[in-house]
Amino acid sequence: MTRRGRLVLFTAAGAGLLAVLVIGFTGLPSFGDYHGVYGRVLDGVGVSERHATDLITALNFDFRAFDTLGEEFILFASVLGVALILREMRGEYQRPRQEEAEEHMFAGASAALRALALFLIPGIIALGVYIVVHGQLTPGGGFQGGVILGAAPLSVFIAGRYLRMRRLAPHQLIELGETLGAAGYALLGCSGLVFTGVFFKDSVPLGVPGHLLSGGQMDIASVLVGLEVSGAFLVAWTEFLDQAMIVSGGGR
Amino acid sequence: MAVLQAVVLVAVAVGGGAVVLAPEPLRQTLVLGVFGFALTALFFVFQDPDVALSEIVVSAVGVPVMVLLALRKVSQHDREREQQEDET
Repeated sequence: MTRRGRLVLFTAAGAGLLAVLVIGFTGLPSFGDYHGVYGRVLDGVGVSERHATDLITALNFDFRAFDTLGEEFILFASVLGVALILREMRGEYQRPRQEEAEEHMFAGASAALRALALFLIPGIIALGVYIVVHGQLTPGGGFQGGVILGAAPLSVFIAGRYLRMRRLAPHQLIELGETLGAAGYALLGCSGLVFTGVFFKDSVPLGVPGHLLSGGQMDIASVLVGLEVSGAFLVAWTEFLDQAMIVSGGGR
Repeated sequence: MAVLQAVVLVAVAVGGGAVVLAPEPLRQTLVLGVFGFALTALFFVFQDPDVALSEIVVSAVGVPVMVLLALRKVSQHDREREQQEDET
């Protein structure tokens, strides 16, 4: 297509898009003007009916737990795709392991940065666990805490200890953790089906609002989702790290 | 509060533009990280700390690591091919 043709096409399409956007935006309710009934109802019943002080978590793991099941398997499937694409292919080979000595150099971090990265790991893990188990009390929950937990091994990588960690936590172990999280969450839904007759209906005692063990199944769901999400990010990151550090060769 | 909201909205608009206009992938990744912080501030100011938490981890750690490692792999791949061509 010529430059002129593209310009004409863009002008026509851009004008159409602009018109649609203008019509759409003028029909929006004004800023902060909310009239949804569902939202107002949920806003009022979070603490009284579900004993959870963080309404977002109550929404994710209780009122709309079924949606979270779908989201979880979106993540699961996409990470599966990453692992499939980045697998070791024909013509590719693992470089000889001399680079364990050079590993310190790979991330290009100075000695001070490497030491700091090692020092940070326990803190990151503690923060991740805290966010996961306090999901129903304060902002955060399984997803947020899970991503933080998944970030801890990147600190290991910056510290230049990735290949050693890989021996301690091989792929199978990480994948097992991810699978357990995903399957466990689906089974939690089935437990509702067994004990109350409704998929994902809470069958766990609700506890006292504001206590660590409150909100019924939210704590369990949060831990399971945390396991799944941290596992998913770990699988993706280790695949990327393996490609960059270990796998070599292979044409196009 | 309204002033703060206006500030973060402008920051997100400018940041998003800057990501698109950044010339090379390496710099683009860094600008993307800064844009992520602007988005985090936006979610926080608009009273959604849950999403802000997810956003800060994904934008500051998740995406840059994948992009940087992919960039490294691409350049490594190019180097290997050049070496092969030199040998033949």
